[in-house]
Amino acid sequence: MPQQSSDAVTLNNITKTYGETVAVKELSFSVKRGELFGLIGPDGAGKSTIFRILTTLLLADSGVATVDGYDVVKDYREIRKRVGYMPGKFSLYQDLTIEENLEFFATLFGTTVTENYSLIKDIYEQIAPFKTRRAGKLSGGMKQKLALCCALIHRPEVLFLDEPTTGVDAVSRKEFWEMLQRLKQQGITIVVSTPYMDEADLCERIALMQSGSILSIDTPAAIKQAYPDELYAVKSGNMHQLLKELRAYGSCYAFGEYLHVSGISENALAGYVKEHTDVVIKKVAPGVEDCFIRLLLKHE
Amino acid sequence: MRTLRFLLEKEFKQIFRDKGLLPVIFIMPVIQLLIMPLAANFDVKNINLAVIDHDHSSYSQQLLSKIGSSGYFHITGNAASFPEAMKQIESEEADIIIEIPANFEEQLIKEGAEPIYLAADAINGTKAGLGSSYLNTILADFNSEIRMKLLPQQANTGIDIRSSDWFNPYLNYRIYMVPGILVILVTMVCGFIAALNIVKEKEVGTIEQINVTPVKKWEFIMGKMIPFWIIGMIDFTIGLLIARLVYGIIPVGNLFLLYGFLSVYLVALLGFGLLISTYSDTQLQAMFVAFFFIIIFILMSGLFISVDNMPVWGKVIARLSPVTYFIDVMRMIILKGSGFSDIKIPLLIEIAFAVILNGWAIFNYRKTA
Repeated sequence: MPQQSSDAVTLNNITKTYGETVAVKELSFSVKRGELFGLIGPDGAGKSTIFRILTTLLLADSGVATVDGYDVVKDYREIRKRVGYMPGKFSLYQDLTIEENLEFFATLFGTTVTENYSLIKDIYEQIAPFKTRRAGKLSGGMKQKLALCCALIHRPEVLFLDEPTTGVDAVSRKEFWEMLQRLKQQGITIVVSTPYMDEADLCERIALMQSGSILSIDTPAAIKQAYPDELYAVKSGNMHQLLKELRAYGSCYAFGEYLHVSGISENALAGYVKEHTDVVIKKVAPGVEDCFIRLLLKHE
Repeated sequence: MRTLRFLLEKEFKQIFRDKGLLPVIFIMPVIQLLIMPLAANFDVKNINLAVIDHDHSSYSQQLLSKIGSSGYFHITGNAASFPEAMKQIESEEADIIIEIPANFEEQLIKEGAEPIYLAADAINGTKAGLGSSYLNTILADFNSEIRMKLLPQQANTGIDIRSSDWFNPYLNYRIYMVPGILVILVTMVCGFIAALNIVKEKEVGTIEQINVTPVKKWEFIMGKMIPFWIIGMIDFTIGLLIARLVYGIIPVGNLFLLYGFLSVYLVALLGFGLLISTYSDTQLQAMFVAFFFIIIFILMSGLFISVDNMPVWGKVIARLSPVTYFIDVMRMIILKGSGFSDIKIPLLIEIAFAVILNGWAIFNYRKTA
């Protein structure tokens, strides 16, 4: 029974354990139709487990989840017709060519390549010159594009992308996010996971995850706005010593060539670094990563 | 149906593109069928015999020349004493010692009987056993010749045993071995590739990609079974042709019956491969588990050791293997020309194997996937 709810994906108190290890703990959130939603968190946060539950590959221990209005347990057959899934590891047939892989998956979904070609055209054209090459012989970026084509070939309602940019070079990553923006315009709901905080800003809404729980869920702007303190970037001639000293007064961690310091007023900070040479102190706007680290510290 | 056709097309493409797998499927069985029957020879020839003749009479000479002319023995030389002959055994120059006592001829004529001593090197049990039994036959023959000469009027007494060997009159071991070896080859090829193929999809992750599509379980499993079933049929046919052209073995029984049984056997075997693949995560694991079972199946199948001669626990293991029944039926149909009613029970058992192994595999596949 197709229920036209406004949410493309809902999770309600989902828990999954592997033996003693809790992968996902009483997780609840929802993704709106047509949204580009990001699950942000380090390895082991439970991102892949959520994907596997939502794509009906894994049964949750408890809780209810729906995709496109269908229950992941009861209506798994309906869901399989409506979702596209790109796992973190490249898992197409290495000994079939680009063309054959695409045609094969189109057939499994009961459609043809030509029927939905308009959707993948932009992406497929980039790999089309190599269409008779076997998938195993492709470069990382091309493999990723092929996998995306195969996941899209049946025009899914919801697209699940598990760490699609892990192990991909910076240029290809940028291209990939541009492709996602275009797909979003076609009305496809996209749920994407990534361990890279800089990609969080490219999503409409994000959930920051750690150890199977959600620390915060909102738009990237709102999350950044909710940062409670002033944040300063500090630099000196002896960074190691500086880090050790400042840790005694407030939150301090390395961030690129600077240290990010919060919980200390600017005046106090200037006093603490008096002994150092080549000191630079400047106020910075917090990024998603700063918010994540703050939430993490609070959580612990 | 379109989905299944595509799954099959994909499977065959992958098989024919695998340059490592193709020779294993089609060339290996041919080579093995050409080599193994020639090596797996149970005939014992050239048994080295050390002779200790204390008598040096005409009777002892007659006996030795009779032994020598049998074609099975090679007399390595005369030893003066038993310890000397024993040395030949120790240095592996001789396999059996025959000791003819002094005054052998005299006693034989006077008493009508005289013991002869045989000692066999039992390190190679088959050679020792068969060698001694050949020698015994020759001695018994010699014995009756002498009795005929000495006591002609009594020659007809006693029971004269004559046996003839049906279905393989010359006891040609190849006729016996080739059908069995053919079964083993089909078992190895299909058992291994079926087990490895599905695990490969697990290992590479493609099975997950398939599982998120609307493909039904039965379509996926049929897509795997049918190609290997066809390969099994082709391999078997190649083997049957080699048996005919190289070894001159022409099946006496009905070929349709043989292929009928084969088709059921292959379903059971592929179910076994599928079952192993559901319990393994890597191809290496599947390989070793399959190896473990297939070795047991082969050794206990009755190909090398007759199942009837096994202890009770051995018989139980042999009866739990689908290979045992097929080897049995192969020999029955090819050599004996058995009909449907003769193989009805093994066929029912094989069907049971097919149902149980596949049912178990599918049940377990559902649970894990």
